[in-house]
Amino acid sequence: MSSASYSQLTLNGLWKNNAALVQLLGLCPLLVVTASTVNALGLAAATLFVLVVSNTTVSVIRSVVSDTIRLPVFVMIIAAAVTVTELLMQAYSYELYQILGIFLPLITTNCIILGRADAFARKNPVPAALYDGFIMGVGFGAALLLLGAIRELLGTGALFADMQLMFGEGAQHWRWDIFNVDYPFLVAILPPGAFLVTGCLIAVKNSIDTTLERRAKVQAEAPVTGSKRVRVTGKVS
Amino acid sequence: MKWLASIGLSGFLLALFAAVTSIAIGWTYLSTKSQIDLEVRRAEARQLLEIFPADTHDNEMVDDTFTIDAETSLLGIRVARQGYRVRLNDEVIGVILPTTARDGYSGDIRALVGIRRDGTVAGIRVVAHRETPGLGDKVDIRKSDWITDFNQRSLDDPTPPGWNVKKDGGVFDQFTGATVTPRAVILATRRALEYANLHTASLFETGADSA
Repeated sequence: MSSASYSQLTLNGLWKNNAALVQLLGLCPLLVVTASTVNALGLAAATLFVLVVSNTTVSVIRSVVSDTIRLPVFVMIIAAAVTVTELLMQAYSYELYQILGIFLPLITTNCIILGRADAFARKNPVPAALYDGFIMGVGFGAALLLLGAIRELLGTGALFADMQLMFGEGAQHWRWDIFNVDYPFLVAILPPGAFLVTGCLIAVKNSIDTTLERRAKVQAEAPVTGSKRVRVTGKVS
Repeated sequence: MKWLASIGLSGFLLALFAAVTSIAIGWTYLSTKSQIDLEVRRAEARQLLEIFPADTHDNEMVDDTFTIDAETSLLGIRVARQGYRVRLNDEVIGVILPTTARDGYSGDIRALVGIRRDGTVAGIRVVAHRETPGLGDKVDIRKSDWITDFNQRSLDDPTPPGWNVKKDGGVFDQFTGATVTPRAVILATRRALEYANLHTASLFETGADSA
């Protein structure tokens, strides 16, 4: 566990143990916020930041904190990181802050963060923990973005609308109208659409995995690092 | 008494972390507070300027406020909110009233209604709603310019029965697939105009120094 190589961490975070598509953690914000790309990007950035900060801090204090009090301490660290992020976003990206609303403070309850703190960061040196937080955040963010883009495209026929909320006025022209219909595929932006698209993404990922596996005829696999949680989807190894 | 020491140590560590994280939050709060206040004010001012553009007046509307009590009849607001005065050469040329339509399709629709001294609508902006994306949310200026249809209207144009969606014999368009939302906004606007009409004296006849 302690000698997890960085390439393994990368593979785990982005694909094999992807927080959103394999561990199915953090679904609540995932499903609600991803109605458009800009919202997804905002939440992804905030979650990534919190993950890196909490993983790093937890790793720094790992030798000081005993097992009995580790969870309350982790929760305090995460809550503090989230509150700081929220304040910063409110100060420097007010409109996005308004859009993300309640889902910003709710990052605290995102299981990915406590999960990585407890399963990885407290047993690993600082650089590895930092990298794990980063790559897990990127994996989660990539799933968010993909979901946001697909739903925005299906639901409104355009991509990257309202990007100026994050990148300033210059990004106003990033909006890319791909098709124009009088009656957009509304269900894609509504909550049921979130479930449908997420389900399809998981199915696509699983089918890619199966194909790859069949092609490789299953070589001896490296032990799975990271979460001890029960896996809901994906291959249990 | 080894267990006592262990509890003591755990307690101390917990307290220590609580203190450190509290300090981190407190410090961030204090150092971002002025920036956040500025952003909140700026967002508010931007909304007001959409209703009364900068070239129509010469006061800071954000600073020229008056409070309207909660549950004021005709406005429907649930908590006390601020109205804004618009002045040119120290004369009140218009007001911006907060209003809440409680009969939206999913929850309250909050709007700001700008009314000129002569009783015409300067502009309306829906500031908070939870209407269905793609259908009811066309009351939002970012989705559709439907809301601009109110500009220049007054209680004489159309007369009160006309303040409704076409489906109900009014003059305003409903949306395909959504009648409830536009109807709620139309009626809320009419009530805001009636409120302004009833309170013309207190809203518009304020001297320059009584704000």
